[in-house]
Amino acid sequence: MNETADKSNDNPEKEIVIVIRKMHKWYGQFHVLKDINLNVERGEKIVICGPSGSGKSTLIRCINRLEEHQDGEIIVDGTELTNDLKNVELVRREVGMVFQHFNLFPHLTVLDNCTLAPIWVRKEPREEAEATAMEYLERVKIPDQANKFPGQLSGGQQQRVAIARSLCMKPRVMLFDEPTSALDPEMIKEVLDVMIELANVGMTMLCVTHEMGFAKTVADRVIFMDEGEIIEQNKPHDFFDSPQHDRTKLFLSQILNH
Amino acid sequence: MAETVAVPSQRNVISRLWNDKESRSVIIQVLTISLVFAFLAYIIHNAVVNLQAIGKGFSYNFLWQPSSYDINQHLIDYDSRSTHFRAMLVGILNTILVAVCGIVLASIVGFVLGVLRLSKNWIVNRLAYCYIEYVRNVPVLLHILLVHGLIVHAFPVPRQAISIGDVTFMTNRGIFSPKPLYEPLFLVVIVLFVLALAFMWWFKRHAQKVQDETGKRYPVFWIGLGTIVGIPLVSFFLLGSPITWDVPALKGFNFTGGMVVRPEFIALLLALSLYTAAFIGEIVRAGILGIYYGQTEASYALGINRGRTLSLVVIPQALRIIVPPLTSQYLNLMKNSSLAVAIGYMDIVATIGGISLNQTGREMECMIIVLTLYLVMSLIISMIMNWYNKRIKLVER
Ligand SMILES: Nc1ncnc2c1ncn2[C@@H]1O[C@H](COP(=O)(O)OP(=O)(O)OP(=O)(O)O)[C@@H](O)[C@H]1O
Ligand SMILES: [Mg+2]
Repeated sequence: MNETADKSNDNPEKEIVIVIRKMHKWYGQFHVLKDINLNVERGEKIVICGPSGSGKSTLIRCINRLEEHQDGEIIVDGTELTNDLKNVELVRREVGMVFQHFNLFPHLTVLDNCTLAPIWVRKEPREEAEATAMEYLERVKIPDQANKFPGQLSGGQQQRVAIARSLCMKPRVMLFDEPTSALDPEMIKEVLDVMIELANVGMTMLCVTHEMGFAKTVADRVIFMDEGEIIEQNKPHDFFDSPQHDRTKLFLSQILNH
Repeated sequence: MAETVAVPSQRNVISRLWNDKESRSVIIQVLTISLVFAFLAYIIHNAVVNLQAIGKGFSYNFLWQPSSYDINQHLIDYDSRSTHFRAMLVGILNTILVAVCGIVLASIVGFVLGVLRLSKNWIVNRLAYCYIEYVRNVPVLLHILLVHGLIVHAFPVPRQAISIGDVTFMTNRGIFSPKPLYEPLFLVVIVLFVLALAFMWWFKRHAQKVQDETGKRYPVFWIGLGTIVGIPLVSFFLLGSPITWDVPALKGFNFTGGMVVRPEFIALLLALSLYTAAFIGEIVRAGILGIYYGQTEASYALGINRGRTLSLVVIPQALRIIVPPLTSQYLNLMKNSSLAVAIGYMDIVATIGGISLNQTGREMECMIIVLTLYLVMSLIISMIMNWYNKRIKLVER
């Protein structure tokens, strides 16, 4: 905690929001994350890629403690993630997450999906929460669907609602776990456009994605993971043009030639 | 020539009707209904002929004769000079009493069991598991006999009653407690109670409005409890306790006066509801598990805590899975209450379908009454549950 404070004093422009230090995670005997070290600055956009099963989802799910780590530390916005449930809830309020399969609440309208957490967690008045929700629904370009149920929307629309739902909590960090991989090609663009816009307004973002175009245009840093380790990280330009490790090269050749 | 032409054209009509989707379904329905009625007519005719052969008519006149038997638990006035009809009413009320109390108790215990069964706490989880496995693998009749036996044998005789503050007594003949005798002023308390209910009905909406407008949430449950219980209680004492109590007293071998909850009722209620609760617990567990875990994760990721995730996200969706099988559990409980006869609880089967039937020899008439009553009660439960099911379905889409 002290260290984060120090760093942000050193250079107020480069405030660190997420600190992960010597973090390990096991599923039973299986060592899924190995010695992860990662600092994320405010406003930074990070794209995480790597082969299937390399632990990308597990890593970002540790950041809002949908998964528990067993060793090392994770500090989000000055709060360390431990077994303290209050701290966990505190962190989750500030960290939004978008899932591969949207996970909208099917029994609530789009609007109610967006206002549920602001009302029950942030204790906002309903009117205020609804006004905020409409604002974000407009930003993801579906204000006219507000009173429909999720089941009545297309996949791309659902994912945009899911993004709006997270944004309604006014998070400081957004996590994306393959937000476009369950979508048809024509819907991928509409979701990516929303994410690019979000990046342009300065949101801190960690995205697991196979959309290399998105990585090239938006990311400040690309992280490559394999077998639970961070193998390589670099600016997108250097990452794609001159990868250092063989495994990165192999991965890139597979994904780009595809 | 004319004949040979007519036959194929007739066949054409039949085959055309048979191959047409709509007329075929009409034909099938007409045939089915005719068969059902033919079968019923045969049975009724058969019964009438046989009844005549042994010299019995078919008549419900016996209902108006004195029953000349006693029923220990009667919610309305009844003694052995009352009619069989009144005995039947007493039986109906006893069945309804145990069924309604049983359904409420079974639902509460069942929901708790279902949630405990999903607990990550190993001990809690295993205890709920053992309970459910034990209870649902033993026939309900044995449960009834067991609980009844426990009460009758483990509780003391009235002379050695376990006394609670010298006003309530637990014995093997039931739990005796003081019976309230209301004075006119008590009416005021009742009126205040009704007003408190009305107030809370309004306040609940008001609280929702306040939450909508300001985001502040009143502790509605506690305020409600305070109002609904507190106001009548305070006014009761301010009015000088307008109730006198008829305290049970030991006379001879048993208690007289006061109210008694009989061991048969306690045994039947506990056995039926604890038995059904095991099934409801499994239904609730399956319902909650049936909701994709991503729903819970999405809710957690928004910062919503566990309890609210359960009540705002999981349960509303799980109810759609839970309600239909829950209905059949309620029906089972109500029908299983007919096992009351094994321990002498005077329900429909024991009164009109038991003693009245034996005394009058009117098997046919009595059985028709019993069947009809169960059918009507089952239909009412189904109707209520279907209505509820529709209501929660509409919420989705
Ligand atoms: N709950 C779990 N229990 C045991 N092992 C798990 C569990 N969840 C994931 N794993 C394993 O952990 C490893 C990392 O999984 P993870 O989902 O993080 O991979 P990923 O990089 O996101 O892959 P993908 O690109 O396919 O989504 C995989 O080998 C997976 O089999
Ligand atoms: Mg993944």
